[in-house]
Amino acid sequence: MDFSLSDEQQMLQDSITRFVQNDYDFYDRAKLVKSELGFSADHWKLFAELGWLMVPFTEDDGGLGGSAADLMVVMEEFGKGLVIEPFLATAIIGGGLISKAGNTQQKETLIGAIMDGSLQLAFAYAEPNSRYDLAYVATTADKTAGGYVLNGHKAVVLNAPVANKIIVSARTSGDTNNKDGISLFILDADSEGVDIQSYRTQDGGRAAEVRLNNVNVTTENLLGTEGSALPTIEAVLDRATLAVCAEAVGAMEIATAKTVEYTKTRKQFGTSISKFQALQHRMADMFIEQQQAKSIVLMAALKIDEGGIEASKAVAAMKSLVGRASRKVGQETIQIHGGIGVTDELDIGHYFKRMTMIDLMFGNSDYQTQRFSSL
Amino acid sequence: MNVNFSESELNFQQEVRDFLNTKLPKDMAHKVKNDLHMDKEDFIVWQKILADKGWAAINWPVEHGGTGWTSTQKYIWGNECAVAGAPAIVPFGLGMVAPVIYTYGTDLQKQTFLPSILNSDTWWCQGYSEPNAGSDLASLKTTAISDGEDYIINGTKTWTTLGQFADWIFCLVRTGAPEVKNQQAISFVLIDMTSPGISVSPIYMLDERREVNEVHFENVRVPKANRIGEENQGWTYAKVLLTHERTGIAGVAKSKDVLKKIKLLASDTNDFGTSLMDNPIFAHKVAEIEIDLLALEYTELRTLSAISTGKAPGPESSILKIKGTEIYQAIDELKMEVAGYYAVPFVTEQFDPEFSGRQVGPKSAANSAPLYFNHRKTTIYGGSNEVQKNIICKAVLGL
Repeated sequence: MDFSLSDEQQMLQDSITRFVQNDYDFYDRAKLVKSELGFSADHWKLFAELGWLMVPFTEDDGGLGGSAADLMVVMEEFGKGLVIEPFLATAIIGGGLISKAGNTQQKETLIGAIMDGSLQLAFAYAEPNSRYDLAYVATTADKTAGGYVLNGHKAVVLNAPVANKIIVSARTSGDTNNKDGISLFILDADSEGVDIQSYRTQDGGRAAEVRLNNVNVTTENLLGTEGSALPTIEAVLDRATLAVCAEAVGAMEIATAKTVEYTKTRKQFGTSISKFQALQHRMADMFIEQQQAKSIVLMAALKIDEGGIEASKAVAAMKSLVGRASRKVGQETIQIHGGIGVTDELDIGHYFKRMTMIDLMFGNSDYQTQRFSSL
Repeated sequence: MNVNFSESELNFQQEVRDFLNTKLPKDMAHKVKNDLHMDKEDFIVWQKILADKGWAAINWPVEHGGTGWTSTQKYIWGNECAVAGAPAIVPFGLGMVAPVIYTYGTDLQKQTFLPSILNSDTWWCQGYSEPNAGSDLASLKTTAISDGEDYIINGTKTWTTLGQFADWIFCLVRTGAPEVKNQQAISFVLIDMTSPGISVSPIYMLDERREVNEVHFENVRVPKANRIGEENQGWTYAKVLLTHERTGIAGVAKSKDVLKKIKLLASDTNDFGTSLMDNPIFAHKVAEIEIDLLALEYTELRTLSAISTGKAPGPESSILKIKGTEIYQAIDELKMEVAGYYAVPFVTEQFDPEFSGRQVGPKSAANSAPLYFNHRKTTIYGGSNEVQKNIICKAVLGL
């Protein structure tokens, strides 16, 4: 047994740590959040140059290996700096779907474009009534002479406002919540009939409602085999879940450290509030939660890399625990900071926001606990 | 022992319902019920309607224009207002500074300030906390140096809620020498916000709203005639204000109302083919909060009952504050959980009552996360829940 990072992983971690510490100032990030694009195109170019966009892909796809453990290393560091560049939506989810389901030609053209930083992707799977049920797909793809026509409404599609291409789950057969009959299509975001209603998200990102009104596609737009996309979606979103949980671990580490630091400098009743045992124990609890979260993310990464049926159960366990841990750490970090914690100006509230939103993504803690016990 | 209202109390309840039904503007209730943004005018319009009826000042004595209501009547009033969606009263004038003025002020001060507070012609804000004086309020540093008939005031107050609208601010300032024990060197002064040397800078909250401010005082000249009571006795007056009867501090009626709405929403939310309300884990959480709320309601009623038999409210108000805010925050979380993915979009235009664009997700979801973020303040302000626990430790447990 050896949990230490490989040399490559260590180098990757070091380079992201340096980027976050030296080039990811919180106030610059705050400006990016409100900018037109919503993130920095220069940062994205840098990610490509440094090879970070190659991390999620296998060597066969031209990437650096694509293990879940590698993703964990990257995302934990991103979490420490609240990095908002759309690594998750484009490289991990979009890239993951293409890598898993795409044909040779799709892989060659699209994965290369992701890795060189020229392609942005979004995955439109959730719907207004789907909640966390991935099999709930009311969006339809009906056969036409030359291909399919798509109709439906996709909810809260991350990165859709800037995506060049959108991958859509749609039903080619079966009832709304059948596991079979779901297909993936990859469309240009500016295709006729694609209506993108863009907005900011609570945690500083961008998303959109994507409405498909008689969008005509050819069979070349099909990603993977018709009607059997669900296992692909589940596997890719399991990796995405791992990614956001690793991000939460990084965010929790910083939130805990900042809380400890703050209590040392904040003086009330003639002493640093760090001297109060009532607060000390709560900070010890935050540390414990963060450590437990870090452990379970590692467990899930290793299970995913092993493959097999245990991976999904491990992911459910991880998301359940990380959701509960980050809720606790987030709430305590705000309470212990006091008034300053609920202001927009200080970074700590933004860590809290991001951790809160991570719990809502890909199934919240309660849902994942239920999923764990059912698997 | 019984919990029933008397016949006259039931009549009063009916009178309140009739009044709210006819006088509470429908658009205002709509804003309150849907968590839409309220502007300054909304608050003033409602408080003036109350003033016309003679119901603006529920805690004041009758001689100054108060209602003279019993604690049970105030309880009924609070409940009915929450159910009807009446806006909260901005507390700084009517609820906070007025009791200090009518209890400790001179006749001239009463004549000068009380009528315009009662009629909501002046907007007041509170100058207590400072950047380095929060839970430990007595360590405040804003100074008032004597200069003939005036004080010269220097310092910074913070967390000044809605101070951007204020005409007047009531402040705790340090008048005594620094070596004097903290609490005995503080005076209570009323300051015109248009005085030269005052500047107000915004603090934006996690929902990006300007709710609070910093108020800076640079050589601000304030007549000593605006001091309440004796010099260096301000802490005593402020404490009276802080422990002043706080009807409705537990927010039971509002919490009940929101919880009811959440249950309806959850019943209407798909969860793997059934409704979220049919999900046993979710239903369990809702039930636990409902049970906590039932207990809190009776804790509040016990407090009211003690007050009506002549006992002063003691540390019970700390229980009401702690449990009330914890439950309120738990309800915020439930609401966000019901929203699911639709808690993620942050479309601020939707909270504008005039919004006519395409709604993103259900209306009930739109403000669920911003409210959850914003309401973390409730366990921090008004004496943080940690400070409330210290009070219980000292005053009840004798620790």
